[in-house]
Amino acid sequence: MKNHFRLGLFIFITPVLLWLLLLIIVPHVELLLMSLHGKDDMGRTVWTLANYRNFFTEEIYWYTFVRTALYAVIVTILTFLVTFPVAFYITKIVSPRLSGFLTVLLLMPFWVSELVRVYGWMILLRESGVINHLLTSAGLLDAPVEMLYNDITMLMGLVYTSMLFMVVPLISSLEGMDDSLIEAAHDLGASPMTIFYRIIIPYAAPGITSGSIVVFMLALGNYLTPKLMGGKNSLWFTEQIYNEFIASFNWNQGAAFGFLLLALSSLIIWAGLKISKQQLGKALS
Amino acid sequence: MIRTLPRQKGYSTAFTLYIILFYVFLFAPLVITCILAFNDSNFPALPWKGFSLDWFLAQGPERIGLLHDSSNIRSIWVSVQTAVWVSILSVTVGTMGAFLFEQEDFRGKQALYFLALTPLVIPGVILGISLLLTANSLGIYFEDTFGVDIPFLRPSFWLVVLGQFSFITTFVLLVVSARLKKFDPFLEEAALNLGATRLQVIRYITLPFLRPAIIGSGAVAFLMSFENFNTSLFLVGSETTLPINLYLQVRDGSTPIINAVSFLLIVSTSTLAVINLLLSRRQPTP
Repeated sequence: MKNHFRLGLFIFITPVLLWLLLLIIVPHVELLLMSLHGKDDMGRTVWTLANYRNFFTEEIYWYTFVRTALYAVIVTILTFLVTFPVAFYITKIVSPRLSGFLTVLLLMPFWVSELVRVYGWMILLRESGVINHLLTSAGLLDAPVEMLYNDITMLMGLVYTSMLFMVVPLISSLEGMDDSLIEAAHDLGASPMTIFYRIIIPYAAPGITSGSIVVFMLALGNYLTPKLMGGKNSLWFTEQIYNEFIASFNWNQGAAFGFLLLALSSLIIWAGLKISKQQLGKALS
Repeated sequence: MIRTLPRQKGYSTAFTLYIILFYVFLFAPLVITCILAFNDSNFPALPWKGFSLDWFLAQGPERIGLLHDSSNIRSIWVSVQTAVWVSILSVTVGTMGAFLFEQEDFRGKQALYFLALTPLVIPGVILGISLLLTANSLGIYFEDTFGVDIPFLRPSFWLVVLGQFSFITTFVLLVVSARLKKFDPFLEEAALNLGATRLQVIRYITLPFLRPAIIGSGAVAFLMSFENFNTSLFLVGSETTLPINLYLQVRDGSTPIINAVSFLLIVSTSTLAVINLLLSRRQPTP
């Protein structure tokens, strides 16, 4: 019996170890090592901290970094504000028959590639786009206005692409909530505000945390939406990474940027889990 | 406040209005993309110039429809192949991982489990570049030491497959583990008592029980791979996947052929989603 189990362990653990070692640990160690290397004046590869020094001395780099982080936080908050009423409506207000249909409808757009969704917004919003056409032919606008390529549109696009990852955990946490909790509070004379802050929000807290973590991470690491909707000066940190790799071919600098982004994302996720006292495994499943 | 409580009129109306607006916001870009795929115009924009299937069927020389556009057709094919390989690999390793973490005990299990979850919270761009750097360093090493050139280690089809596999496996692991947690261990014990080997137990009892989770996660793995952009961006070689190919076209100016591709994507993924839903309705999970 004992023997069988050890054999099972060996069979199961080998592919898992290979996966994690070769595709996760080794590449990230390599990323760190690459970021600590550079070329000296003679063109030889040497150990150096220059890549990180560049980040702090070149204003544009850390400015973009801070900006990306702040915007990712704003996107997370906005996504929560936009999707929470929807999750509440589906789980608590609309009749149960309709709620299944609304949930399916809600998930459908997210099966489609992010690129297609961003492209849809581009043909809606650009100067020759559909909304401008409708507004000018209705006489509401004299001349078409460029609605793409600014920060507001970029934020909207980021919220749009990450809504699913907020709304699904919200719905599942609100679904588990017993309606009689709200009814009891109501009968005891609590105002809707009190019910919301004292009962609903604490109950939905696990869903809010896992949704926020995923949305934040996705917004921080997004490349498509800022690039296509944010225009020339959108200054998203992933674009800096891309430029170092593909345009400047300075892989050491790019690795340093990548490592900084990874550190920031891990730090915020860790803080989020600590504050809400959750485990990573619970937050993800 | 909720459906069982009396509510004010203004509150319900405002709430319903918000929900309607939300769904319009949700579907506007997709619906407009689909509609403009059939517009008889050279630009994906209004005004409406009449219904046309040119962007699907035209053979040129002025317009080339999707069916005759070899670059897009090729990239669709590359994406299908990538997605098939990624789903096979990630379902295999993910299911083995679920068995490992749910049914085995060993030292350092918690730490390994934590490590197995991290790919989902690492930004996709970072996974892409770190794999690119490693493959490149390995390639240089082999070239310098043994004088052999391994094309596999340059941005290529297989590197994309590995990059996507590295995080989609975690997703499969979570879905299959959730199902395995609901498995009644007495079933296994009964089979073992009756003389089955562990392999037979897995083959005839546990795997059939896991089937819905395996098929479901396989389908989602296929879609995740098919639409992946961030990780693939740094790993694609000459065989571009569909999202990357579309991105290059959108970046360099748009033609309604992108709408035609999007239309097909929207229709096929929605059909898949509905089939998946109907199947899961038919066999309710215990």
